[in-house]
Amino acid sequence: MTQVKALIKRELMAYFYSPVAYVFIVIFLLSTVGTTFFLGNFFESNQAGLEIFFLFHPWLFLFLIPAVGMGLWSEERNSGTIELLFTLPVTMLQAVISKFIAGWIFIGIALLLTFPMVLTVWYLGDPDNGIIFTSYLGSFLMAGAYLAITCMTSALSRNQVISFILSVIICFFLVLLGWGVFTNILSQAFPVWLVDVLSSFSFSTHFKSISRGIIDSRDLIFFLSIICGGLLINAVILDAKKAN
Amino acid sequence: MIEVNQITKKYGSYLAVDSVSFQVEKGEILGFLGPNGAGKSTTMKMLSCFITPTSGTASIVGKDILKDPLAVRQNIGYLPESAPSYQNMTVSEFLNFVASIRGFDDREKENRIEGIIGVTSLEEARYQTIDTLSKGYKQRVGFAQALLHDPPVLILDEPTDGLDPNQKREVRNLIKQMSREKAIILSTHILEEMEAVCTRAIIIDRGKIVANGSPADLLKESNMHNVVTMKTKSSPDQSLNDLLVELPGVAGAETEESGDGLFLTRIKPENKADILSEVKSLLSDKKVDIEEIYREKGFMDEVFWNLTHGGRN
Ligand SMILES: Nc1ncnc2c1ncn2[C@@H]1O[C@H](COP(=O)(O)OP(=O)(O)O)[C@@H](O)[C@H]1O
Ligand SMILES: [Mg+2]
Repeated sequence: MTQVKALIKRELMAYFYSPVAYVFIVIFLLSTVGTTFFLGNFFESNQAGLEIFFLFHPWLFLFLIPAVGMGLWSEERNSGTIELLFTLPVTMLQAVISKFIAGWIFIGIALLLTFPMVLTVWYLGDPDNGIIFTSYLGSFLMAGAYLAITCMTSALSRNQVISFILSVIICFFLVLLGWGVFTNILSQAFPVWLVDVLSSFSFSTHFKSISRGIIDSRDLIFFLSIICGGLLINAVILDAKKAN
Repeated sequence: MIEVNQITKKYGSYLAVDSVSFQVEKGEILGFLGPNGAGKSTTMKMLSCFITPTSGTASIVGKDILKDPLAVRQNIGYLPESAPSYQNMTVSEFLNFVASIRGFDDREKENRIEGIIGVTSLEEARYQTIDTLSKGYKQRVGFAQALLHDPPVLILDEPTDGLDPNQKREVRNLIKQMSREKAIILSTHILEEMEAVCTRAIIIDRGKIVANGSPADLLKESNMHNVVTMKTKSSPDQSLNDLLVELPGVAGAETEESGDGLFLTRIKPENKADILSEVKSLLSDKKVDIEEIYREKGFMDEVFWNLTHGGRN
C-alpha cells in the first residue's frame, strides 16, 4: 500500500509538473462545454438538465483520454526509468494499478472542474440531481475504461503517438458499436439479436443507460471488467516488453 | 552473499548469457569485464530481478531471484546503465519517492536522504530538477538512489561511464569505501578501472565466462608476465646479449630504442618464471651500467584481447 501511494503521488506530480497538464485541462473544459453550447444548442433546448453536456462525452473522450494515458508506460520505457521502477520492491500489479489510478484521478479532477455547468442548470431551473450524479459517475467510469485501454496501448509502444493512435482506434470501435446511426446500418445486414450483442459491448450503450439515472449493475460490471481486462493485458504486455 | 548458478538468457534464439556461474562474498568488489555486447548488462538485469533468466537461477543474501524477487530487490542497490531517473523531479523529490517505495517512515526518510546527499555530495543540486544536472551529477543521483537503503549487495552497471577523470576517481573511492560491509559487482570495459578498484574480475565474452580471478592472477596470463625490462644508456653489446640468453630459465632478449634516449631490453623467461635476481646478479658481475630494471607484471589489455578477441580469428 505504501508503494501504491508513493507511485500514485509521483505520477500525479509528473502530470502537474508539466505545462501539458494545464493545457489539457483547459482543452477538456473548452471542448466539453463548447460542444454543449455550440453543437448541442444548449439554450435553445430549453431543458434544465445536462443531457446535452454528457451526450458528447463518448466522442470527446475518444481523444482526450488517450492523450492523458499515452505516456504512462511508453515514457517509462523510452527513458529507461522502467528499469529503475521494476528493480525497486514494487510488484507489476502495484505499478500497473498505480499508474491507472493516477491517470484516473487526473481525469476526475478535470471532470470535477466542469462544475460550473451544474451551477448553470441549477440557476436555470430545477434539474434532476440524481440524473446529474449518475451521469457524472457514468462519465467517470467510462473515462476509466478508455484509460485502461490507453494504459494497455501505452505499454505496447515506446512511441507515445503510436500508443495514442492505437488507443483511439480501439476506443472508436467500442463507441461505434453502440452509436444509433451505426447500429441502424448494422441491423439492415444482421439479425437484431446479433446487433444487440454487439452494441452491448459498446461504451455508449452503457453510458447512455447510466445517464438515465439508474445505476444498473450490468453497466457497472461492464465498465469495471473493461478496466480490469485492460489492466491485466497491460501487465502481460509490459512483462513481455519491458526489457526491449 | 551472491551466488549465481548456471544463469542463462536467450533473446529469441540469441544466447546473450550462457550458463554463467560465480560467487561473490562480503568485502569483495567483483569487476565484470567484457567487450560491448558480451552480456554484462543482461546478467546484472537478471540479478536485480528486472528480467527473468531463461534457465538457471541465483540467490542474493540467501533469497532466490525467481522465488522471492521482492526480497531480493530489498537487499540490492542497483544502478542501471546510464543511471535513468525521473527527469522532471528535483533530486530531493526523487530520493523522497525512492525512500517512500522502500517503505521508510517520514523521520527515517529524512535522515536517510540527508545522509545519502552528504555521501554522494549532492548538496548543491538538491533542489534542482534532474534534467538540468550534468552527467556526473545524474550519475550521483543514481548512486544515491541505489545506496539509500544501505543494501548488503550493490550491482553497478558501468558506474563511471561518461564521467570526467576527477569524477571517476571520486566514484571509485566511494565504491572502495563501501566495500568492507558489502558485496559489490560492477561492470566496466575500462581495464585500469578494474585494476584500480576490483578485488576480483570476471571476464565475459559472448555470454560465457572466460576468466575469473584477481587482477594479479589475470596478469599472469599475459605473455609479458615476469619479463624483465632494463633500460640502459647505450645499447647492450652482443656478448652481453649472449650471456643473458644463456642464463638458465631465459628464453630470449631483445633490445629497442625506448624513445627517451635510452635503450630498452626485454629479457623473456621460459614459462613465465621469475628471473629477475639471476639477471641482476649477471649484470652486477659484468658491471653493466643500468638506469632502471624491473619485472613486468603483464598487460591487462593483452590478456583481455587474447581472451575475448584473439580466440575469434
Ligand atoms: N532486449 C533485448 N532483445 C534482444 N537482444 C538483446 C536485448 N538486450 C540485449 N540484447 C543482446 O544481448 C547481447 C548482450 O547485451 P548486453 O548484456 O547489454 O551486453 P553488455 O552489457 O555486455 O554490453 C547483445 O548482443 C545485445 O544486442
Ligand atoms: Mg552493458
